[in-house]
Amino acid sequence: MYYRITIQPNGRVHTHRARDLIHDARSLGITGLRDVRFQTLYFIRGNLQPSQLDLLCTSLLADPVIETATWQYIAGPSPHPTPRGDGWVVEVGLHPGVTDPVAHQVVKVAGEIWDITDIEVATGQRYELIGDLREADVHLLAQKLLSNPTIQHYYLGEMTPAFIHTAEASDEALEIPLEGLSDEELLAISRQRLLALNLEEMRAIRDYFAGLGRAPTDLELETLAQTWSEHCVHKTFKALIEFEDEAGQRRLIDGLLRSTIRAATEAVGKPWVRSAFVDNAGIIDFDDEYEVSFKVETHNHPSALEPFGGANTGVGGVVRDIIGVSARPIAVTDVLCFGPQDLPMEEVPAGSLHPRRIQAGVISGIEDYGNKLGLPTVSGAILYDKSYTANPLVYVGCVGIAPKGRHRRQAQPGDRIVVIGGRTGRDGLHGATFSSEALTHETGQVAGTAVQIGDPIVEKDVMEVVCLARDRGLYNAITDCGAGGLSSAVGEMGQHTGARVQLERVPLKYPGLKPWEIWLSEAQERMVLAVPPAKWPELERLCRDWGVEATDIGEFTDTGRLVVRYGEKVVGDISMEFLHHGLPRRRLQAIWRGRRPVHPTSSTPALPPQQALPALLAHPSIASKEDTIRRYDHEVGGGTIIKPLVGVRDDGPSDAVVLKPLMTWKHTRGLVLSLGINPQIGKIDPYAMAISCVDEAVRNAVAVGADPDTIALLDNFCWGSPGRPEELGRLVRAAEGCRDAALAYQAPFISGKDSLNNEYIGPDGRPTPIPGTLLISAVSIIPDIAGAVTMALKSPGNLLFIVGETRRELAGSHYALLTGTDGAGEPPGLPPRGLERYRAVHRAMRAGLVRACHDLSEGGLAVAAAEMCIAGRLGLELDLDALPVEGILTVEERLFSESNGRLLVEVAPENRQAFLELLAGHPAAEIGRVKEDGRLVIRCCRQELVNLTVEELWRYWRGAAC
Amino acid sequence: MLKPRILILHASGTNRDRETAWACELAGGNPEIVHVHQLRRGERRLADYQMVIIPGGFSYGDALGAGKVLSLDLSHYLKDELTAFIAAGKPVLGICNGFQALLKSGFLPGDAGLGPATLTFNASGHFECRWVTLLPDPRSPCVFTRGIQEPIVCPVAHGEGRFISDRVPALEARGLVALRYAQEDGTPAGGRYPANPNGSEGDIAGICNPAGNVLGLMPHPEDHIVRYQHPRWPHDGRGGLGLQIFINGVRYAAEM
Repeated sequence: MYYRITIQPNGRVHTHRARDLIHDARSLGITGLRDVRFQTLYFIRGNLQPSQLDLLCTSLLADPVIETATWQYIAGPSPHPTPRGDGWVVEVGLHPGVTDPVAHQVVKVAGEIWDITDIEVATGQRYELIGDLREADVHLLAQKLLSNPTIQHYYLGEMTPAFIHTAEASDEALEIPLEGLSDEELLAISRQRLLALNLEEMRAIRDYFAGLGRAPTDLELETLAQTWSEHCVHKTFKALIEFEDEAGQRRLIDGLLRSTIRAATEAVGKPWVRSAFVDNAGIIDFDDEYEVSFKVETHNHPSALEPFGGANTGVGGVVRDIIGVSARPIAVTDVLCFGPQDLPMEEVPAGSLHPRRIQAGVISGIEDYGNKLGLPTVSGAILYDKSYTANPLVYVGCVGIAPKGRHRRQAQPGDRIVVIGGRTGRDGLHGATFSSEALTHETGQVAGTAVQIGDPIVEKDVMEVVCLARDRGLYNAITDCGAGGLSSAVGEMGQHTGARVQLERVPLKYPGLKPWEIWLSEAQERMVLAVPPAKWPELERLCRDWGVEATDIGEFTDTGRLVVRYGEKVVGDISMEFLHHGLPRRRLQAIWRGRRPVHPTSSTPALPPQQALPALLAHPSIASKEDTIRRYDHEVGGGTIIKPLVGVRDDGPSDAVVLKPLMTWKHTRGLVLSLGINPQIGKIDPYAMAISCVDEAVRNAVAVGADPDTIALLDNFCWGSPGRPEELGRLVRAAEGCRDAALAYQAPFISGKDSLNNEYIGPDGRPTPIPGTLLISAVSIIPDIAGAVTMALKSPGNLLFIVGETRRELAGSHYALLTGTDGAGEPPGLPPRGLERYRAVHRAMRAGLVRACHDLSEGGLAVAAAEMCIAGRLGLELDLDALPVEGILTVEERLFSESNGRLLVEVAPENRQAFLELLAGHPAAEIGRVKEDGRLVIRCCRQELVNLTVEELWRYWRGAAC
Repeated sequence: MLKPRILILHASGTNRDRETAWACELAGGNPEIVHVHQLRRGERRLADYQMVIIPGGFSYGDALGAGKVLSLDLSHYLKDELTAFIAAGKPVLGICNGFQALLKSGFLPGDAGLGPATLTFNASGHFECRWVTLLPDPRSPCVFTRGIQEPIVCPVAHGEGRFISDRVPALEARGLVALRYAQEDGTPAGGRYPANPNGSEGDIAGICNPAGNVLGLMPHPEDHIVRYQHPRWPHDGRGGLGLQIFINGVRYAAEM
């Protein structure tokens, strides 16, 4: 029995929700849906007076101007579904235990303001589906559009709310005997418990506990599995790799990360790098007072299953990484890869959501978390390829700022272990191991608890408290509860000391969790601090003042052991040495059989440029992302100086963003965020992809005014299974490309993360890996924000220069995608003397000679020129005879080649000479002029190749049919 | 002259408090960010300040409607203090989430005969961040917009900014529509998207109380207080600083 409250809109306000739903229903083949009415439901269990229910309805739950609320008492189970006269009713609620911030607020407000206590609240959504629908249609709508079985359940007709079933607290810890088990049996345990451990690892654990003369507990086994997961420890990048190249030459790679990416950072040796690959985020100097941190993560698997929650908690997680280096987060970045939005429903693999639904959910998830934290989401990209259909990629990054020297890193014996922020529930169990396995058609059902919904406001309060605690010196170390939950956080912080934890002290969302569940839970919005006992009272008071829960759950010791108790009972006792160094090093095979052969030029059908350019502009990966960008608050903080959208109508695609952190306005320096990503090139050659991504990130930064000698890089690999030698061989190639490009640009890597096993295993057991995808993110310094440059054309009469040579590099290009081939020639390589070239461009910018600057990337010269026209709403007249080229190039190669190292630069005629002098020794040529007539005209060899109005370009770029 | 003390209210989820404080400093005020808990515990008193700002954010996650739970804080815990503060003629500014809270708690329009009104989901159905042009009503008694001749240019960033009321004509007649959404050339938006970004009735971006000392607005003048925040500064775009609203508020507070 409970009360059911229905919030009914009074019809005064209309949104597009019904229209969007009808549209989506059509894509499912359901044409009978004519209208949808929405209602919000609340369910309250507890002892309430009618007057109290009336009060809650009118003063809290409904907006009296636009809604009416009614309540009713429900004594028993709800009646069964019956079709209404003209339609059906579907009601949707959350599974018990899924985070529900709204229900939480109702309980809190009712208690605090009206003294209505001891109530439980659940929420729901009611959909009245009007039209000519069969029952099967209604189920399909409910399953595909109205609910997600990972976190929700639906009813035809009135729902029964799922209040949490409370259970008794338990100190139960199962012993899992491993001694004497066969290899088969060991692997079976790993599989059944979702441990993602291989045979060698299971054997190591068996032997360790045999030495102790006892069996491991479930908590110990789970702790080891999480700590040793690919997600946490990056076994592949640390493994010993036997590599065979295309010539059959073999060599041993002693740790891929160490020998490529970290080696480059050390060789470059920049003094402004404050922390690389050690902390939760990379850290560089910003000015005399502040340091800047940057971290990029992926949240692919959770986003595939529950797009909103997956992306939501992805943002939450990476922001906690920044809080975990004692910094104040100041910006969020996001790069997304999805399947085609128009994919026919029958081509969606079993168990997967449609790419449209994944995209909608992911974008809403990022919007919800970033906006509510008050962080501008400023830099990003969205790419589409069929191979991301079942395995979308969601990269999320966070930038932070902190006063120098305040981040404390070492827990001391005697420090209290303090957990602050959200409460612990069953959410997110097995997140780290789950993300270290491939997705299958059944993952959604099995891994339901691995996906969570975030509560950004809790994290916002945690962020404020940590900044204050840092400034008052209240902790000796801090880390976030991410993958592996408390087990990873405490295990990591106590690595060099030891730790003793009392699990019964951990505040829970609901009782009944077993010790291992408390210890492994990945409930969001929690941080762990090492607090000197003398500082604990002050921290406790600070947290109370800010409404943040803080609990002392144990202490750091000097025993070198991780001891976990529930009450008196010891439920885990492992040496830190074994936990952190007992993992057997993997030995892996890698093979590289050479670049995928591309079709010779002669067999590539040429598309007339007048048709190819519109088609490229309309390509989903190139077309305008304005609708998405505006869903994110990119202005909060008041520091977005060069915005993601630029130009005279605020809709041009900026190459990079310039940020001016609040509190730093006393000087002129700013931060530049840029990125590079190009999986199409990677399909041909991952090495070419890596250097192209680094070059793109660097040239995007240079294009807005960054000093090329201040660029720091982050790498994020999303790859298939490294267990297959070919897949690992491609990863080796990419890592080596990262190294070579970083050395060429003298740009250190400061942080990175890999997400492997991005594959979908269908009902037939066949794996479909994603194309290996590398994201390079860059953070750099612009010396004076007033000198920042945008890509929009500025004034008719100005000259357009190209810097950099164009080569026969259509392989892996977007033009090649249009023609349905891999493209001809080569994938892009590194430009000669690239760093000197970018320095020269930067000097020209510092001298005030550059009015606009745009990088040439997807779609090559033609697309870059068109984008400059669109952003400035001005025309361009170009003649490509003067184009600096290498070799003999076709018209298509001149227009659409995606050669690296190139920029288009607008220069006033009076500065022509000065500009050329500064670029002396580099390929730079005047190729055209800015025109007032609003047309893009491109000629070559006395032929007119392109002649389109800027209005037409804009329409194609906004997605109009070509 | 002493700089007027400005209380910037922080509740769980407030996020534009720090840049608002900076705007107050540039405008010549002495801002302090104060947590609603500090007021509830009596550690701070509104009466000790000359101006109050309720800044933007997602107070309490905007659960149950934007600004709803914060409005209950205002109308329960802070009711007497805030009522007295307003009755004394001191200036109060609610921006975005602060506007939503002032409206849902009835401090705006501040006259029972002019309400109720609400701010609800944008006509587009989703959150939107874009720059808008705001026309001040020269007939308005609003102390914050007094004397501002040129349109103000600043961003909106909200999902629930659509102003709905039965009494729009009455609000207009009394000059309480202090700020309206306009086209870039300063002509009325006429309800047209995107100049009117959320479908607000009467292009209403901000309203004041009849006394003119309480203003609520959805857009963010605190995010345009220096030239380099203007989206078109690389095209020599300039002017329309939101700073003037803070300067007016601070000047008025100083005269109190």
